[in-house]
Amino acid sequence: MEALWLSTKLAASVMVILLAIGMPVAYWLAYSSWRGKFLVESVVALPLVLPPTVLGFYALVAMGPRGPLGKLWIALFGHGLAFTFGGLILASVLYSFPFAVQPLIVSFEGVDRRLLDASAVLGAGSVRTFLRVILPLSLPGVITAAVLSFAHTLGEFGVVLMVGGNLAGVTRTVSIDIYDHVQSLEYGEANRMALVLLVISFAVLSVVYAVNRRVWMPWAAK
Amino acid sequence: MAAAADLKFAMGELSETFEKQTGMKVNVTYGASGNFFSQLQNGAPFDLFFSADIEYPRKLEAAGLTEPVTLYKYAIGRIVIWTPADAQVDVTKKGWNALLDASVEKIAIANPERAPYGRAAVAALQKAGIYESVKPKLVYGENISQAAQFVQSGNAQAGIVAKSLAVSPAMRGGKRWEIPAEMHPALEQGAVILKDAKNKDAARAFLEFVKSDSGRATLSKYGFEIPDNLKQAEKR
Repeated sequence: MEALWLSTKLAASVMVILLAIGMPVAYWLAYSSWRGKFLVESVVALPLVLPPTVLGFYALVAMGPRGPLGKLWIALFGHGLAFTFGGLILASVLYSFPFAVQPLIVSFEGVDRRLLDASAVLGAGSVRTFLRVILPLSLPGVITAAVLSFAHTLGEFGVVLMVGGNLAGVTRTVSIDIYDHVQSLEYGEANRMALVLLVISFAVLSVVYAVNRRVWMPWAAK
Repeated sequence: MAAAADLKFAMGELSETFEKQTGMKVNVTYGASGNFFSQLQNGAPFDLFFSADIEYPRKLEAAGLTEPVTLYKYAIGRIVIWTPADAQVDVTKKGWNALLDASVEKIAIANPERAPYGRAAVAALQKAGIYESVKPKLVYGENISQAAQFVQSGNAQAGIVAKSLAVSPAMRGGKRWEIPAEMHPALEQGAVILKDAKNKDAARAFLEFVKSDSGRATLSKYGFEIPDNLKQAEKR
């Protein structure tokens, strides 16, 4: 099940990266009072609307030797970014960006402002306030963001099709593998892999909804 | 009409001429022949299927999904090694050795599991004795068009693509080296009319047009070889 392992690795890496870069972006969007905020929000939401093939295609062009990113990458590392696992990570981060950022924004905005004021009055800086007040209260949102970016990347197809090159063990994710089997009329194998993916995706989504419905609160042990 | 990806430019011209001559509109969908084969087995509503591999129409015929006596071998495809014009290695001078050059990190070919041109590329690489050496460099396009796109965008430094795509306006400016036909199984391309076609008469008219001198001249122009056996309809 090389493809499933590859997809899991990709989804996990993208989840970690998206939480790391998504939090500052979500924080800014939640608490900034800049009037142009809506423009940034629209850009963040774009991957929700654009077809994955469009995203994938332009990612491929950008990664190519004539694209801005490609030129930089080749200068730094001596070889291209397309058809590599790194290329998939980059494209997936772009593609799943709103899935991480939007739940975070909603959670951050949901924190009672009076608590933030109280924290400031008691002398806590913004980092301390974030870590001790905002983050613990936003845990459902963080879990949702993590789980959705993981799940969304796991199911990704169009973007990987455009930039992957279908290399076994490197860019042949489980969605591509299932597609391959279907095209080669190997329906049994395709069904088997699809079932595994379905079960995993259902489990992952159940976590999200259990947390949101307060059915399961992993932080309640405090 | 479902048409193989390598027909992109040739079919464009053929349908344009046909429309002008007869006033009948032609709607073409391009893709991998293997994909169309699956779709047609599941009732996809095409009137005509122009495959890059005559085996697919033959199988459809065996399954009773085609109009009798319409199977036609319309062309023999050729493959070339293609690089952009500014490539560091000159494929016109070096032929196969160009693929072994250090400046060529990635070589794009169509997926050999379901694209006839991909299978031909692998066969030719094996015949040339360099398949094992270049295998780590290979990247696989969904169909021959995507393989061409990978190399044309510069993400792959070289590719084995259909001659029909290499001579098209988008890729004409690059450098190409024609792979000798004996190095791979013949890329026999076949067309057939589907049994459930809604526009059988129009389909027949188009097939006749492709068989005509004008049709064959267009296919030739785009790098296809025309099988010289004229009794194609009876060939099985």
